[in-house]
Amino acid sequence: MLAYALRRIAGLVPTLFVLVTLSFFIIRLAPGGPFDQEQKLSPAVRANLDAAYGFDRPLLVQYGRYLVGVVRGDLGPSLRYRDLRVSELIAAGLPLSLTIGLAAAALAFLAGVPLGAFSAWLGESRVARVAMNFSLLGVILPAFVTGPLLALVFGIYWPVFRVGGYEPGDPSFLVLPVITLALPVMAYVARLTRDSMRTVLATNYIRTARAKGVGTWALLFRHALRPALAPVVSYLGPAVAFVITGSLVVESVFGLPGSGRFLVQGAIDRDYMLVMGMILVYGVFTLVCNLLADLVYGWLDPRVRFQ
Amino acid sequence: MNPRMRIALGVLGSLALLAIVAPMFTPWDQSTLDWNNLAVPPQLHDAHWLGTDRLGRDLFARGTHALRISLALGLLASLVSVLIGVTWGATAGYFGGRIDAAMMRAVDIVYALPYVFIVIILSTLFPRGSLAALFIGIGAVGWLTMARIVRGQTLSLRSREFVLAAIACGVRTPAILWRHVVPNVIGTVIAYATLTVPQVILYESFLSFLGLGVQEPYASLGSLINEGAREMESSPWMLLVPALLLTLALGALNSLGEALRARLETSDG
Repeated sequence: MLAYALRRIAGLVPTLFVLVTLSFFIIRLAPGGPFDQEQKLSPAVRANLDAAYGFDRPLLVQYGRYLVGVVRGDLGPSLRYRDLRVSELIAAGLPLSLTIGLAAAALAFLAGVPLGAFSAWLGESRVARVAMNFSLLGVILPAFVTGPLLALVFGIYWPVFRVGGYEPGDPSFLVLPVITLALPVMAYVARLTRDSMRTVLATNYIRTARAKGVGTWALLFRHALRPALAPVVSYLGPAVAFVITGSLVVESVFGLPGSGRFLVQGAIDRDYMLVMGMILVYGVFTLVCNLLADLVYGWLDPRVRFQ
Repeated sequence: MNPRMRIALGVLGSLALLAIVAPMFTPWDQSTLDWNNLAVPPQLHDAHWLGTDRLGRDLFARGTHALRISLALGLLASLVSVLIGVTWGATAGYFGGRIDAAMMRAVDIVYALPYVFIVIILSTLFPRGSLAALFIGIGAVGWLTMARIVRGQTLSLRSREFVLAAIACGVRTPAILWRHVVPNVIGTVIAYATLTVPQVILYESFLSFLGLGVQEPYASLGSLINEGAREMESSPWMLLVPALLLTLALGALNSLGEALRARLETSDG
């Protein structure tokens, strides 16, 4: 197990390196720069700005400097939000984004697995089929459709939760964003659980347990659930990527001051440093979560470790 | 053909018809401003059947026009993705060994990252709102699943007699791939291509929603939803109309793809 974990962790470094290198050079190829404004800067001012940020050096030197900075934990200065470091900007928004993301992931798995398990138990009944059609809708609908609709119904027509004008520390602002973010993942998890659970429920040892008189609850959650969980666990990694993508939308829909907006705004402003920093931070987060999911899977199913 | 597939095809057909002919029926153009009817709800008066936005632009005209753009972009970008995916997957699967490992490793890396990263990085390469950026950005992430599936199928085809015969006859590799391997995976490709279209439409609307995709004066369903979400308190129809259109399109395409895939799996074994 340890060897497997170490091998996987070692595999992380080249992936990150490729990510940073590719995004660094592609962004630099892009036309337009962070200092382009309506009014053209005089050549002297422009030259000074370029020199101050080191953009007058050859691209490879800039790349080397950036890498050295990253290794030291310095993501460089933001080019649009003057006087602020990229790490300061991200650190200001990240706690909120993480709270929403983790809460959504937890909700999705904690609610999705039992829902899927019960619907597998109900089999081909009409209730289960209706529920699964609804879950298909949940999988299909993107956050930028469900978010505004939820805000309209539960924030405006029937104001149970607060939307807009975020005040830090008031959790009632976070309920709808978390639900929006969780819905598609929850629906997908429920469908995955249902499918694998139905395979498990058809096995002989479940029939034996049922013949022995084990109750429904114990049968589902003590006997059948564990072997049925493998595909759900392997979905954990993609789910994290999905939640990160969704959090960009959710933060924009509900006007939350998370860090997601820096990715989009940075790309529009050509703020190279900010985009690179965001990609790096979110990239590390995604890859680490993927790794953790794989490790859990390897622990559940030892065959994976030796592939 | 099962009822679900029939419904999906019916919905898709109506949407396509709506996208093609509807703009001819309304007297309004998607970018014309009607100063007499600013932000009016759906009404028969002045032929604003689905209401107008704050600038007096007719939502029926804008919605159907956006549907046209979303569907057309979705189809074209899917075609690009499918071509890349099939070529990549068939090449990797056919050569096997180290080439296969390297090519699939690349797919794994891109797969592990949220697609927004790739699309946002690529979108910086083009002027804001250029359609080329959308195509390339979406094409760059849409082909991954297809590549994996085609590779798997090709691996099992590689050692079949007709491929060996072609090699023995001295047929060149690209010809073997395109004439002997690809035609044999075409069923699978069609089923998954149907599932690629809604995925691609989703990417496009997502980008347009964030303001990185289709730009004014044009609209796609994503940018209409974004506008609608900002005005939903005073003019909810502006959100509901594009949201409904997008939901119908995605739902129908997904159902159709799933139905095709299910049929393929039963006919295979």
